[in-house]
Amino acid sequence: MKVLVPVKRVIDYNVKVRVKSDHTGVDLANVKMSMNPFDEIAVEEAIRLKESGTATEVVAVSIGPEKAQDQIRQALAMGADRGLLIKTDAEVEPLGVAKLLKAVVEAEQCELVILGKQAIDDDSNQTGQMLAAMLGWPQGTFASKVSKEGDKLSVTREIDGGLQTITLNLPAIVTTDLRLNEPRYASLPNIMKAKKKPLDVKEASEYGVDIAPRLEVLKVTEPPKREAGVKVENVAQLVEKLKNEAGVI
Amino acid sequence: MAVLVVADVHGNSLDESTNKTVTAALAINGDVDVLVAGEDVGDAAAKAAKITGVRKVLQADDAVYAHRLAEPLCDLIVSQAGDYEAILKAAATTGKNVMPRVAAILDVMQISEIVAVEAPDTFVRPIYAGNAMATVKSNDAKKVITVRATGFSAAGNDGAAPVEKVDATGDPGLSAFVGEELTKSDRPELAGAKIVISGGRALGSSENFEKYIFPVADKLGAAVGASRAAVDAGYVPNDYQVGQTGKIVAPDLYIAVGISGAIQHLAGMKDSKVIVAINKDEEAPIFQIADYGLVADLFKVLPELEEAL
Repeated sequence: MKVLVPVKRVIDYNVKVRVKSDHTGVDLANVKMSMNPFDEIAVEEAIRLKESGTATEVVAVSIGPEKAQDQIRQALAMGADRGLLIKTDAEVEPLGVAKLLKAVVEAEQCELVILGKQAIDDDSNQTGQMLAAMLGWPQGTFASKVSKEGDKLSVTREIDGGLQTITLNLPAIVTTDLRLNEPRYASLPNIMKAKKKPLDVKEASEYGVDIAPRLEVLKVTEPPKREAGVKVENVAQLVEKLKNEAGVI
Repeated sequence: MAVLVVADVHGNSLDESTNKTVTAALAINGDVDVLVAGEDVGDAAAKAAKITGVRKVLQADDAVYAHRLAEPLCDLIVSQAGDYEAILKAAATTGKNVMPRVAAILDVMQISEIVAVEAPDTFVRPIYAGNAMATVKSNDAKKVITVRATGFSAAGNDGAAPVEKVDATGDPGLSAFVGEELTKSDRPELAGAKIVISGGRALGSSENFEKYIFPVADKLGAAVGASRAAVDAGYVPNDYQVGQTGKIVAPDLYIAVGISGAIQHLAGMKDSKVIVAINKDEEAPIFQIADYGLVADLFKVLPELEEAL
């Protein structure tokens, strides 16, 4: 079973985001960029499936600028076999990303795609579900446990109120939640080895799919700021303030 | 053109998030229909018919919708999409699961987790864990939208809309339900609670959640939440997580206990009306957004708090 893992280059999760003063977006100049954390979990899961003999090959794909090769190399250093960069400097929305990924899945004949459930930049939480729809495949989103059982995939999902377990026919789409696994760190020898692994680069335009944005960003603003309030000395004072000043208890 | 709201149904009961989604829908267009899907959902459909401002309710009764599997539910929504100019569903786990699938079938770019409607085609949504707010205009003829329930007030319940049965679309046979492990609790549901008390890694164990957090929660009639660290450590179940990728809450009172205040956690609670932080580290970032901060050892002050309430 060949597994495809899409990885996205995003602002590092520790960076404090700043909105540009002209309200056109957030400031990404000289900001540390990393692999989307949910995608690291997806890479880890794919590698574990390979280590357990379920997956035969793990292909990491990224859609983004030249620099997104860094994130593909990280996936390769973690244990993915091959990389593919679909190069574009434009913002591609989840709908466009899903269309490109569909083309890759068909060209590569993958049987399973594991994606992060959402990217921490646009917080859309859409790509996996859209790809599943376009391929006519079942989807196991927000997965906290994945295992192959016979010719099906068993997926335990994090849902409101607890956990839900479903089975999916293969081929299938899985999107990862936080507790699926803990991604490994790439060792130095593996980072060196990853430099020799194959990484194809293609232009997004080569795929001939419509990736023009459908949403127009009119402006990006700072959320309303919360000011720090007061420190209270003790519990009695806290309760007094909550009762008489805030009136919430 | 009218707008379709896909209700959130659990068993045969309608979630209040449906009322909030109706409020968002009414801001787009005055003609709002509600689709209620599930197995034996007559009660939920009748309740949806009472939501103020609803024009009619579409009831799809079939066992295939009982567990809210994405594939059959998507087919149903697409079959009803018809002439609606927009389709909305609350951004809870079912909506997040099924709506992008619907959007892709309709070749539409979904607008996720809107918190405001500026115009019928223009919406505000948080990005970067709520550290920025994007105002976006959709150029799609049909809009597919998920709604962050905390951004909208709940529509009332004094309507009397007709209920129409609609045909189920069958089982595409791609996935199957195996089982559910739901957290049993007599406390209010986290997403809609008026008061939330959340614990962090500093609690140290699930026993300490029971011993220190739960009694205060019960005194206040509060829901219990947690930081990601506390959930990852196994102190409480996954659905307690408040934050960017967990539950988004905006109660009247949010009490953060032993939570340092990572931006991912703040993303899930910073719209609360009043925030209390209890932490022994006075440098903890949570104090920068707290209305009332108490620098103290939680194991000492939580029993005092329970006593004082």
